[in-house]
Amino acid sequence: MLRGLLGLTWLEIKIFVREPMGVIGTVGIPVLVFVLLSRMMGPRVAEHSPGVPRYVSIDLPIFASLMIAASAVLSLVAIIAIYREGGILKRLRATPLRPHTILTAHVLVKLLFTAITLAIMVLVGRRYYPIGAQVPLVSFTFGLLISTVSTLSLGFLIASIVPTARFAQPIGTLIVYPMLGLSGLFVPIEALPPQLQVVARMLPSTYAVSLLRGIWRGDGWLAHSGDVAMLGVLFLVFIAISARVFRWE
Amino acid sequence: MTAPPVIRVEGVRKTYGRTVAVDEVSFEVQPGETFGLIGPNGAGKTTTMECVEGLRAPDRGTISVLGLDPGKDRYRLQRRIGVQLQEAHLQKRIKVREAVGFWASLYQSSVDGDRLLEQLGLSDKRNAWFMTLSGGQKQRLFIALALINDPELVFLDELTTGLDPQARRAIWDLVRGIRDRGKTVFLTTHLMEEAERLCDRVAILDHGRVIDIGTPADLVRRHCPERTVVVTTTEPGARERFQAIPAVESVGGEGPQFTVRGRGDELVTQVIQCLGEHRMTVIDFRTVVPTLEDVFLKLTGHRIRD
Repeated sequence: MLRGLLGLTWLEIKIFVREPMGVIGTVGIPVLVFVLLSRMMGPRVAEHSPGVPRYVSIDLPIFASLMIAASAVLSLVAIIAIYREGGILKRLRATPLRPHTILTAHVLVKLLFTAITLAIMVLVGRRYYPIGAQVPLVSFTFGLLISTVSTLSLGFLIASIVPTARFAQPIGTLIVYPMLGLSGLFVPIEALPPQLQVVARMLPSTYAVSLLRGIWRGDGWLAHSGDVAMLGVLFLVFIAISARVFRWE
Repeated sequence: MTAPPVIRVEGVRKTYGRTVAVDEVSFEVQPGETFGLIGPNGAGKTTTMECVEGLRAPDRGTISVLGLDPGKDRYRLQRRIGVQLQEAHLQKRIKVREAVGFWASLYQSSVDGDRLLEQLGLSDKRNAWFMTLSGGQKQRLFIALALINDPELVFLDELTTGLDPQARRAIWDLVRGIRDRGKTVFLTTHLMEEAERLCDRVAILDHGRVIDIGTPADLVRRHCPERTVVVTTTEPGARERFQAIPAVESVGGEGPQFTVRGRGDELVTQVIQCLGEHRMTVIDFRTVVPTLEDVFLKLTGHRIRD
């Protein structure tokens, strides 16, 4: 079904760029916010001044990456809900297409536009945050890809069951933003109440933060093989569940 | 030797929670025929059709389509059938030719999309977005998608609902065209006129059960043998002459318009013979032939649009 997947992906890319608001929201706004924020506090951040919290100075790239992954999850959930409610999934069902082909096509579209957004940010960001040779950009990009795919699999699961577009936004938001809060980016996992620690350990964002933070600081992949393994396991679990519970209408 | 049926449905039952949508439904569809499931909205037509298409699993009963089990061989079946669904949509900003091209790419073999669009009168809409099409154009596009893989069996669910009479007639011509190409057509409709014009045989469905199956003409003959002739004449003694006709059961009206009621096809002949024998001058003459609508009313006790 590779032909169907590539065909659908290409089709969805074309359809996506025909809606100007979608492109502005996905690529334009994040880049704009990034540039504005960088202009306001860029120089100060770069100096590692004591007044700037640690998460801004060191974790900003990771925070930005996660926010983009989160918005990719939300828009994946939204578009599948719209397709479900609008009867588009129903029509696609009466073809030899399988649900995962449809979901994967949308994930590829999201990944593509996420990658474009990030690439622009990296290019623009060079002005404000001179990246030294010590930042392993290739490794970071690779880590980001793994993290995003794993995070998107949670989006698969939510998208598989959300009944209507109206529900998509609140349900997506209710899951995605607390997930970021529990990811260890703002508060160390160890400082969370035990119950929340358990929840945090079942979410891909937690391992994504650990992996990305480590690689940004120059850790080797070996030191984070546990994170990568967990991202893979969670991906497989979420995919397997979503295949079971996928609703066409 | 007769060919095996294209569709065989036996004792199918489907419930949603406590609601029984379809119960004990059985019928067969023969190769090359246009078969219609008719009944009011909510009678279980779409549920039955979607079970046959493999989109829903019945709670009970067996279904065989082109020798396949729609539940187990859903993907194999999808390759050999063409489906037009009730209330389906495409992406708002997909172009007509993109939809046809993509659908063609999903099947191992397909017919020429451009020719298909031409046959369906959509050539000048090739580059139009789906959201800009009229209701009739959308339905024609869905027919194109249902035919793109040159299927042996075509499903059409409430094809003309919501269309104006002109668009409806154009779609009917297209459906007859599909039949003429030797394909088996399985359709649902709540329009009796549509069923009479398109279907070789129909199954009448009400409250989830099949009430009767047959050709439209057979069903009318079986359930509504009454015939009515309305004659307008100023001849003296007309009423008595009509009453003397053997097939006549009653004569209504005080003249000059008389409503002559009776049974069987011979009624009309006998009335005409009576008019001729007595050399009566007739101002107007028309027959009222029962339709599937009347059959439905008789069998269910309610009108189909209730």
